[in-house]
Order: sequence, then structure tokens, then C-alpha cells
Amino acid sequence: MSFVIPIGPQHPALKEPISLRMTVEGEVITGVDIRLGYNHRGVEKVAEDKNWTQNIYLAERICGICSHSHATCFVQGVERLMELAPPKRGLYIRYLVSELERVHSHLLWLGVAGHEAGFDSFFMYTWRDREIVMDLLEMITGNRVHYAINTIGGVRRDLDEGQKAKVLEGVATLRKRSEYYFRLGATEPSFVARIAGVGMLSKEQALSLCATGPVAKASGVARDVRKEDPYAVYDELDFKVCTADTCDVLGRVVVRVNELLESYNMIEQMIKGLPDGDIACKAPRKAKPGEVVSRYEAPRGENIHYIKANGTDKPERLKVRAPTLGNYPATVEMLRNGFIADIPLIFAAIDPCICCAERTVTLIGARNGEESVVRMSDLRRQALARPRNAGVKRNAVWPL
Amino acid sequence: MAVVRTFLYLLIYPGLLFLFAYSTFCEWFDRKVYARLQNRMGPTHTGRFGLLQPIADFFKLMAKEDVVPEAADKKLFSVLPVIGLAVVATAGLLLPVWNFDLLVPGWTSFPGDIIVILYLLSLPTLVLFLAGWSSTNLFSTIGASRVLTMLFGYEVPLFLAVLSPAILADSWRLAEIAAFYQARPLLLLANLPGFLVALIAVQAKLERTPFDIPHAETEIVGGTFTEYSGKKLALFRLTFDIELVVASGLLAAVFLGGFPGGAIVGFVHFVVKTLFIIFLLSLLRALTSRIRVDQVVSFAWKVLAPLAVLQLLFTILLKGFLP
Repeated sequence: MSFVIPIGPQHPALKEPISLRMTVEGEVITGVDIRLGYNHRGVEKVAEDKNWTQNIYLAERICGICSHSHATCFVQGVERLMELAPPKRGLYIRYLVSELERVHSHLLWLGVAGHEAGFDSFFMYTWRDREIVMDLLEMITGNRVHYAINTIGGVRRDLDEGQKAKVLEGVATLRKRSEYYFRLGATEPSFVARIAGVGMLSKEQALSLCATGPVAKASGVARDVRKEDPYAVYDELDFKVCTADTCDVLGRVVVRVNELLESYNMIEQMIKGLPDGDIACKAPRKAKPGEVVSRYEAPRGENIHYIKANGTDKPERLKVRAPTLGNYPATVEMLRNGFIADIPLIFAAIDPCICCAERTVTLIGARNGEESVVRMSDLRRQALARPRNAGVKRNAVWPL
Repeated sequence: MAVVRTFLYLLIYPGLLFLFAYSTFCEWFDRKVYARLQNRMGPTHTGRFGLLQPIADFFKLMAKEDVVPEAADKKLFSVLPVIGLAVVATAGLLLPVWNFDLLVPGWTSFPGDIIVILYLLSLPTLVLFLAGWSSTNLFSTIGASRVLTMLFGYEVPLFLAVLSPAILADSWRLAEIAAFYQARPLLLLANLPGFLVALIAVQAKLERTPFDIPHAETEIVGGTFTEYSGKKLALFRLTFDIELVVASGLLAAVFLGGFPGGAIVGFVHFVVKTLFIIFLLSLLRALTSRIRVDQVVSFAWKVLAPLAVLQLLFTILLKGFLP
């Protein structure tokens, strides 16, 4: 007997709204349908009404976890448009925060993976240790989530000797703990039984479906913007791109923990080699007409911002492609032929950030397939009128 | 007078009131151990050391809105929580804590009560299956099918493991089995593999991690309990708490030498031994992640069942050598 189970838009495994409609036979998934569009925020439209500096803070609010990734990606692009060369010290501090953010994002993901697999102890331990890096970020930038340390032409806050020592101390603790989690995550039998061989994505599929970030790396594709197209300070740092060849969720766990260890190395290198000098240079108010594509390796994969300037103090167009969007096609492949029990694990393994990836909504009529544009006030009127006109449905069947 | 005594027996001690108080205490203990193992505090606020938290949860849940789905079989849906609670509370009466007198078998201690208690502990699983099935929700239905699938895995190993000490003691009465091992404590060591099997099977019966598959929240929302709310959910939760007490009491009676020493000392034995078993169960809960339902069945038949059969063979051989 085959039937369709709706995972989402509201479901305990999802913290954000997306609808996965799984056609299952018994416990085995035979078909997957991903439906987006529950969380349109109009970020790109708002960006056109704000000036360059205001847009840094808007870009930062695209995501609550990789907030610095979006802000940095935007700032990188604007600096290129304005032909600015930020001072080295400023860049080092900016990418130090980047790597700390990667650490916090991967620790968060490890906890989520543990929770999705029902391994709550793992969740509690990784999230406890995530507090260390959150405190470091708060000490450096003043905030725990939206760091707001970027500015066009550098950063807004300097590091002193005491802070440097504290970062090194925190990283040393985290390194020890991460090695322990690596042992735990890769050897605890009940956890490995859940993640090994689950959500397979071969190297060919990963390439043809344009998977990005740890999902691609776990399928043996060594694709990392920091290495392939080194921006700012990354060509001065010594690090390697972590990959795995198991092509499953276990591989994605291994890649992320290895990336953690690499990030600790990079943080130590940046702290020890922090150059002297200014932290920011003065930026002009307007940018020359032109367009730029800015690439950035976010914790979840490659983040792309396309910025078009028309010579005013506002962007003409800002297009954001969050890494989650790049991983949706691969997710459909990974879910097929899995078990119901594996859905949360496979879906969580791409580290989905759904509302980062939501860009536009097109209204298509269910009967005639015509596209239409509806004003917000009309939508509001319809929403208010609906409960008044339609009575309570008895035994309503959810339209699938 | 006999009527009053019977009522006291059923309602106060060791009946509903005592089971309610002790099972909520055990839930507190379980939560506290689990939390400490995860570097958390657990309940701290309600009552001293948070001791009253499970009771507060229970009464709060009792006051919540109680929704019965339109499409559900309403009578069955409403009556199942009560049946489940009644069944496990009845099983609680059979523990040899309150009927330790060997010579005068009372109406709750009789030859064969070990079978009855195992039977009564199996019934809640069926109640749970019916609960999931009758609520007609998609997630409940999947949960219900998982309940039954798991039942086929752990039930046989549990029966084999619990019955082999009974074979060695040559009795089907819990009080006599306990008395046999109290006289020869060393023989308890012979049952260790069986104890291990029974512990894991009880964990599966109570649907705790790694076997919390029928209500795995990240996969199928509330599983069997998706549509249950308010009073009915509170009763189901109480059912599981009491089942935890009864199952650990059963394991203590069979594998840990029972509860010697009359009403007071025996009761202390009961508390210490059940808490020890609950501690082991909490440890198992904290150390593992949830496995898949097919993995449960294959684990049960490839590891637990052979181990239980070996235990049975060993017991039969040992019985031949004993004087």
C-alpha cells in the first residue's frame, strides 16, 4: 500500500517551513516532492531601497546561523565594486570571525544530527561546547548571533592581546572536545548504524546535481571556494579541503568534524600571524556602475551574491544564492529508496537553512495554470474573508 | 472488614495511590539521572530537588484541552488509556513485595503469577497499537505498525530470559523464585546473560531510546500519541511510568533475589533494587541513539534471542548438576 506522508510545513524535525511530500510503501520512500515558498521575506527587494552600509546589516539578517557569511559575501562584492583594498589587519579579523562562525555552525549541526537520530546526549554535549565559541564571538564582536563586525573597507572592532589569548585558549579546549566527538560520532555503534550507508549520493550525482559544501565533499568532490578561488586571506593560510568517500550521512559527519579541526588550525594561524596596522579604510558613499559576483565558502557550502550598481548609493540589484538551494536537487536523490526513519537525518545532513534559500513566490492558479500578480492588500482581504465565508469542514482531507 | 481491606489494598497500598506516588518518583529519578548524564540539571524547581515535577506535569496535562479526532473510533479512542492504566496497575499488585508470605499464597500470589505478570505487561503494547490505529492519523498509523513490528522482536527474548531463572528455581510463583535465590545467592550469577537480555527487552517494551521508534518525534511527530492530548495523554504517560516500576520490580524479583525481610526491610529492598534497574535503563537511554525498526528486529533475533536460548540451555544443564 502506498500513501503520501506530509513532512512539513510544520513538523518537529523541521525548524523552518518547507513541505516534503513523501510517497512511501510501508517504511520505504518511493517518491519525493519538495515544495518551497512558505517563507518569502522580500530581502532582495528591500535591498534596493537601502544604501550600501545599511545593506550590510540587511544581508546579515538573511540567516541566523551563517549571518557573517552573508554579510561578508556582500561586503566583499561591494569592496570590489568600489575598488577598495581593506587593510590586512581588518581582513584577518573579518576572516577570523568567519572561521569562528564555521566552528559554531558545525557544532550546532552535529548536535542537530544527534537529535534527529535520537542521540540526545550527543546533542547536549555539542551544544554545551558551542557556548565556548559563542562566548568568544561575543567577546570579539559584542554580539552572539548577528556580529555586525563588517563594514565596507574593513571591520569595526579591533582585537587586543587579552582577547587573542582567550581565543587561543578556547580553541585549544574545543579541539580536544571535537576530537572526542569525532571518536564518538564515528564509532558509537547505535549512531553509526543509523548514519552509515544512509542517503547515498555518488560522486557523479553530486557533480551533475550541483551539490555544494559538505554534501559534495562527503561524496569525494573537493570543492571549496577558499581553495579553488582563494579570497582575501585564504591564500596565506595553510589548510586542506576535507573530503570523505563514503557518500553517506556518516561521510557528512566526518567532513564536518574534520572541517572543525581545520578551522581551529586556521584560527590559530590567523591569531598568531595577525598583522599590525589599521582595521578599516574609508569607503566612498557611492559605487561606480558595474556588476560583481562574490563567492564565499559558508559553513553550508558556496554562497553567491550578485550585486549590480548604477552609480548611486544603493544597489540596483542584489541576488543571493544560499548554499541550501544548491543542495535541494541532491536531497531528492538522497531521500529516494530510504526509510521513513531516515528522512530527518538525510534532510538535516544538508544542514538546511530554508528561509535563507527562499527567494520568490509565483502564484499559479490551480485550475488554469496561469501566473498572476496579487497585491498584498488583496491577499490580506482574501485571508480575512476566508474563515467568514467557508464553514468548518468536517472530515476535511488535506489536499496533497 | 475484609471488604475495607481489599479496597485499601486496591486503592492505597500497593494499589493506585502508592503506584502513582512511587512511579512519579521513579520518573523523577529517571529524568534526573538522564539529565545529569547529559550535563544538565534536570527538574529542580517544583518541590525539593524538583521531586514534584512529574506530579505537576501530570496534573497540568489533566487540565489541558482534550480533543478527540472526528474520524477516530471515539469509544475505543477514549477507553484505551484507562484500560492501559488498569492493566499495568493490576500487574503491579502481583509483585512479591506486598505478598511475601510463602506458605499462605494470597489472591495476588499464586503458582503461575510470573506468567500472568508477563501477560499483563504485554497488553499495554496492544493497547498502544489500538490507540495509534484507532486515531486514524497517518503518523499514528505508522507508529502503531512500528509498535507491533517491535513487539515481534523483543517479546520472545524477554519471555525466554525471564522464565529461565524460574526453571532453575523450579517454580512459577514469583515469591518462591525470589526465596530460592535468597537461599542460594551465588546462583544469581548464572542468570547474568538473561538479566542483560531482559534489561534490553524491557527498554524496548517501555519504548525508551534506543527503542523509542513508535513515537520518534523527529520522524513521525508523536507517533502513536499524535492525536492524544489532555487527560488521555496524561493517563498514557502514567501508564508508562507504572509499567517502568512494574517491569523493573519484575526484573528485581527474578534476577536480583527479590525483596527479603518482611514488610519494611523488603520494601527497602524493593526501592533500592528497582532504582538500580531504572538507573541501568537510564544509562542505556543516555548512551545510545535511536535505531531503525528493521534494525530492532534483526538485533532481537540475531543477538537477543540466541543469547536467551543459550541462557535457557545453560539453566537446564545447571539444573541437572544441582543437588
